[in-house]
Amino acid sequence: MIDDLITASVLASGIRLATPYLYAAIGETFGQRSGVLNLGVEGVMLMGAFTSLWAVYEITPAGATSYYGPALLAGVLVALLVGLVMGLATAVINVTLQAQQGISGIGIYLFGLGMSDLLFQKVFRGEVITVNGFPKVNIPVLSDLPVLGEIFFRQNLLVYLAFALVPVTWFVLNKTTLGLNIRAVGQNPEAADAMGISVTRVRYFTVTLGGMLASLAGASLSISLVNVFQQNMTAGQGFIAVALVYFGAWRARGVMFGALLFSLVNALQLQVRTKGIDVPDEYASMAPYLLTIIALIFASRRIDQPAALTKPFERGE
Amino acid sequence: MKKLALLVTVVLVVAIAVPAFTSAAQTQEKLRVAVVTPSTKSDLAFSQSIIDALLAIQEERGEENFEFVFSENMFVVEDAATALRDYASAGYDLVIAHGSQYGSSLSDIAPDFPDTAFAWGTTVDTFQDQGITNVYAYEARSEEGAFVMGVMAALLTESKVIGIVGPIETGDAKLYVDGFKAGVLWQDEEIEVLVNYIQSFSDLALAAAAAEAMLAEGADVLSGTAQMVPGAVNKVKEAGGLWFATQSNQSTLAPDNVVASQVYDWTYALNPIIEDVLAGEIMGEAYSLTLENGGLRIEFNEDFELDEDVKAAGEEVMQAIIDGDISFEVDEDGTLLVIEAEAG
Amino acid sequence: MQLNLPRSFHLGRTLDAFLPLFAVLLALFIGGFMILLMDANPLDAYRALWEGAFGTKNAVADTLVKATPLLLVGIGICISFRGGVVNIGGEGQMIAGGLAAVAIGLQYKESDPTTVIIACLVGSFVAGALWGGIAGVLKAYFNVNEILSTIMLNQIATFGMMYLVRSEFIDPRQKNAAAPIPETERLPRSLDLPRIGGTLDDLYDFLGLSAADANQWATTLLHNGIVIAFVLAIVVYVLLWRTTVGYRIRAVGKNPRASRYAGIKVEQYTVLSLMLSGGFAGLAGGIQLLGVRHRMNAEGGAIAFTGNAGFNGIVAALFGGLHPLGTIPASILFGALLVGGNKLQRSVQVPSALITALIGLVIVFVVASDIFVRHRSRRRVAVAVSEASAEAAEVRASP
Repeated sequence: MIDDLITASVLASGIRLATPYLYAAIGETFGQRSGVLNLGVEGVMLMGAFTSLWAVYEITPAGATSYYGPALLAGVLVALLVGLVMGLATAVINVTLQAQQGISGIGIYLFGLGMSDLLFQKVFRGEVITVNGFPKVNIPVLSDLPVLGEIFFRQNLLVYLAFALVPVTWFVLNKTTLGLNIRAVGQNPEAADAMGISVTRVRYFTVTLGGMLASLAGASLSISLVNVFQQNMTAGQGFIAVALVYFGAWRARGVMFGALLFSLVNALQLQVRTKGIDVPDEYASMAPYLLTIIALIFASRRIDQPAALTKPFERGE
Repeated sequence: MKKLALLVTVVLVVAIAVPAFTSAAQTQEKLRVAVVTPSTKSDLAFSQSIIDALLAIQEERGEENFEFVFSENMFVVEDAATALRDYASAGYDLVIAHGSQYGSSLSDIAPDFPDTAFAWGTTVDTFQDQGITNVYAYEARSEEGAFVMGVMAALLTESKVIGIVGPIETGDAKLYVDGFKAGVLWQDEEIEVLVNYIQSFSDLALAAAAAEAMLAEGADVLSGTAQMVPGAVNKVKEAGGLWFATQSNQSTLAPDNVVASQVYDWTYALNPIIEDVLAGEIMGEAYSLTLENGGLRIEFNEDFELDEDVKAAGEEVMQAIIDGDISFEVDEDGTLLVIEAEAG
Repeated sequence: MQLNLPRSFHLGRTLDAFLPLFAVLLALFIGGFMILLMDANPLDAYRALWEGAFGTKNAVADTLVKATPLLLVGIGICISFRGGVVNIGGEGQMIAGGLAAVAIGLQYKESDPTTVIIACLVGSFVAGALWGGIAGVLKAYFNVNEILSTIMLNQIATFGMMYLVRSEFIDPRQKNAAAPIPETERLPRSLDLPRIGGTLDDLYDFLGLSAADANQWATTLLHNGIVIAFVLAIVVYVLLWRTTVGYRIRAVGKNPRASRYAGIKVEQYTVLSLMLSGGFAGLAGGIQLLGVRHRMNAEGGAIAFTGNAGFNGIVAALFGGLHPLGTIPASILFGALLVGGNKLQRSVQVPSALITALIGLVIVFVVASDIFVRHRSRRRVAVAVSEASAEAAEVRASP
């Protein structure tokens, strides 16, 4: 019975589902570590999802039956560029203009939700189109491993990249001067400022990076996981990503565990229903949300959030 | 921002003091129709189907005689109700509430505008029992086309496993899924039918994952209903499986994989309603789209080379439904029953 | 010492009141280009927005009805944010409240309507408070961050509602239908919240304001929920600033460590903040049910019922400076924007997405403009204080 439920393909599916959460939540981690909360992740994801698909669609030669490398590269670059612009705008609002981060995020979310759909209607007249997105790449040797090969090593490039970001993030945050500065700015901006660190510059960097990763999260949906765009296709994933940052206690590894737990349970609950096991559908759908809370009850250590989170900084006060 | 208080007070005072400048109801020859839909008008599913029908009617009758306006994305029922009321008071001749969740609001609104015709779908309830006579109802017997496609799916599957992805187990979606499943089992009882209601109308990634789970279980023919299915179609495309579509023609999504689409043509429900409105006799009747009246059509994908025998089998079942040799009923538990007339 | 503030101080303050308005206008100006891009006339569009929000008595009534749940959620947000907890769970708490109200209403539909209405409203408050309380207990005793738990609890409440409405609570008429609509029975009309238009018309007559046109308040959908919300906003103001409990909630929010040192049971107050906050959101759900919807329907998920008020209420509260009384105009303004936006969409037939983006812009601009108000007022105070003390020094120097 359990064998039927937890199969290699279910686990592989869970890993794929975790991808957009991972990008978005890691981006949000950088921002929050430096003291900036951005609730607008979902809006940026949608912008990235649409624009990357648009780029791929335009550049792929008409009638192509399989993926076209340059188009996919352009898709990722466009997503990063759009994320950069949205991230910079977020930074201007939250850092320079010191807006209330709770509301500004909701504003950015609504703007992205509306704007992505508006562009979709202007460009494609709202017609659902599909593109040839990132193909699966079998990693030599490893993909032939029994079970593990299917789970981990027959995914597509954007999935690998998301997981590669986890150690990179850990390294940057913990082993580099930049990371030290980010943490200092998030913990005690006044002291950091006194030490000659530019609080503004650090926060601009993290918030912009967060925007780029959120946008990439959207791209990982539209040109890698489902290869279509639809209005509001993220369906709340950006908000879950923000929640996962708290789950992971502002650490890349914790965020990854959170994204994996949530997504694996999601894949598993789909499998439970596919198998026709008699559980009300709605209860099955609750499972990932419920288990994330329960897991945190048992796993939680008392880690305080970055002390300056949501607090704007102004010199000379 | 306490000062907002002052501001809003000023605004309110101005608003109430300034005499209203609403335009009076226009008196024109041309028929004016308004429609309120839950999702966007280009969702390749439920909302798009009614907009397509209105465009077709406009084409047929000419823009000078037929005008229509829409409010899309009215997931918030309260906002939809405001829109319905506003359209009615702006003098539209026919106001369409295209979503079963709008019924409750409509039964409150319709009595206030006895000269306006309203239409509500998908349902058969015209509120006659509440003494309301100006509400038309329309529905699609989507189990009919679903049954036909289910039969064809059963003939096409090699793995003997078929999957169906749905949003929530109610309304039109339930009817479609039940019909499809009944068709498959009617043709071949041995086939395993996997059903997954993913509890979302918008989560493409979840729809994709649900399709993947079915494909991993060996399903080679899939179907699904509601606006999140493009996620599933793509997985079928990648895996080289087959797909049956409903509500709109989805052939363009996967030209090599979509076998056929059941298309809703609401003109068959709307035209008689419009005739009533033009004649000034609002009756409040219920209309159904069926294979027989042509409101439901199975559109085969021209790019897909369908086995002639399978197509013939499908057409035979379709004819049987049209002739009434096969019909559908729902028992007390809400289970769909297939009724076959005695031969001869 | 009494400071004599110069005249320019007050003038500056009045100017500040209009800064958010300038921000709104700037956002609308930029939005105008978006409207142009969609081949519509911005002037027509904005006239429709105004007309839809304030143009007629019906419009004003719609705006106030829309503002009601925003205000109720908003005053709850004032409590929780002041208490140092971020409650993003308004959506789930509203659903809990709506479910409680419909359950009580259907159970006792034969009883005395007034009693049942009160029971429904109290029940919805309690249900919202319990749902919010879960996040409170999780935060206070299990160290689970409330942003995480409330986001998750929203989804859990939505799925729970969908299950109940499709099974236990389903309208018997839908139960065995081939294509059942997932909805409960409609509550009897005797349980509709009383409309207050008639009273307003009387008031107009009394003041000699009654308009010559036939347009009366009585025909509008304005129900007494807005009055309840106004009264509760004042109650919350009193609670937060005139009672010990309120003082302690704010103390815990300002500095939990110092509060603990002062002998305040921080955990209990955290739970209390979230319970009160959830309670008001639940009541918003109950009032939305009795005043507007009269039944629960699972189609369209949470937003079909809440209209996103659980989130928009946060915006309203923050626009209102996290002050219950400030939240009143802020929710009316935000409600006007939502109602007017829909009218704009209807009138010039642009995609609804444009309205969503436009509201996003307005929020961003208003929230970003706040820094200028703060800077100006700080500078003014500094200038005023130095002038005043210079004056005082002069007075002292020349006896």
